[in-house]
Amino acid sequence: MPGRPEQHEPVTLDTFLRGLWEENPVFVMLLGMCPVLAVTNSAINALAMGLASTFVLVASNSLVSLLRHYIPKQVRIATYIIIIATFVTMVDYAIQAISLDLYNALGAFIQLIVVNCMILGRAEAYASKQPLGATVVNGLGIGAGFTLALLSLGVVREVLGSGSLFGVSLFGENFQPWVVMILPPGGFFVLGTWLLIFAAFRLRKQRRTELGEVAQHER
Amino acid sequence: MNADSVTFIFLNAAIVNNFVLAMFLGICPFLGVSAKRDTALSMGLAVIFVMLVSSICAYGINWLLKLFEIEYLRLICYIAVIASAVQLVEMTMKKFSPALFRALGIFLPLITTNCAILGVALFQTSREYNFLQSLAFSLGAGVGFTIALMLMAGLRQHLELAKVPNVSQGAALTLMLAGLLSLAFMGFAGLGAQHG
Repeated sequence: MPGRPEQHEPVTLDTFLRGLWEENPVFVMLLGMCPVLAVTNSAINALAMGLASTFVLVASNSLVSLLRHYIPKQVRIATYIIIIATFVTMVDYAIQAISLDLYNALGAFIQLIVVNCMILGRAEAYASKQPLGATVVNGLGIGAGFTLALLSLGVVREVLGSGSLFGVSLFGENFQPWVVMILPPGGFFVLGTWLLIFAAFRLRKQRRTELGEVAQHER
Repeated sequence: MNADSVTFIFLNAAIVNNFVLAMFLGICPFLGVSAKRDTALSMGLAVIFVMLVSSICAYGINWLLKLFEIEYLRLICYIAVIASAVQLVEMTMKKFSPALFRALGIFLPLITTNCAILGVALFQTSREYNFLQSLAFSLGAGVGFTIALMLMAGLRQHLELAKVPNVSQGAALTLMLAGLLSLAFMGFAGLGAQHG
């Protein structure tokens, strides 16, 4: 963007932490929901998906950040998508080479990282305006937040739905698994419950600041 | 019924393995544009159109890529085609129905990043559908998406009049509703073979 000076933020710990909590892509911004619901029927799938998305996010956003002065404004979205698609193709072939089981379990959802709005959103809102360092730190934060969200769904669904965690049985023979949890409706229910919990926290915090009596409400 | 027949593929994509409620594709517009029934319907129609166009293009591209043995470029080509198809719909809509164009707002360009559309293109490739089957599949997926969106919009319009606790307003409640809808759609699972 010639003629207009860029406003760079200083890179602090906050640049990283913001993605984890305040701007958590799943729980706060509701971005990239499809893989969140689709691949979280076991913890290991969730972890793999989170890591793959984080890699694509950081790599593509770094490239976008490096090229930000050369990408014409009119075709920027198309350019971003092509950059993202390139890295997704790499991840797709890499996972296929590392573990075929994992590849089959994740199915088309690895390739569908391309259309994860979280990644495109970051490229448009952050990487196209910030230098490389800030972009990488912020991307890592957002990626960690995304992975955390996927894991928090995957763990709950696997524990309740198959009575195991990372494939290790937890409750022994007599446990009757809640099959619905690993089926599609379970994904909606678990994510809905997490959002309820976070909303409750937010409301409580809001009420406290409104009353200005923080000390009294501490238990 | 034969699993390869066109009717079966259509019904399977539209109802039994509904793209939104059973396969989790296109969740973003499902949560975002389902507040009103008429916007939901026009969004659904736009998605059906883009799906058909991109499915036909994807079929052609796949044939070309196979011819030159450069299948690793598939993802990049598909997404470029979808982006252009969306641009086409956007221009048409802006010209013929500006009100609708404004109502859909940001979600129209976001059809590009609607995973349901790329999903159709990828699934029809991996399941090796022929041309007719691809058409039925993409039409079924679009209709299924519209059905899910309309159902959700209807529910949410009724909910506006209901008293719900403060905590559950917004996304949380919508997700719970989606879960119930998805549970209901699981009843159709006995109708067809699960695959994919």
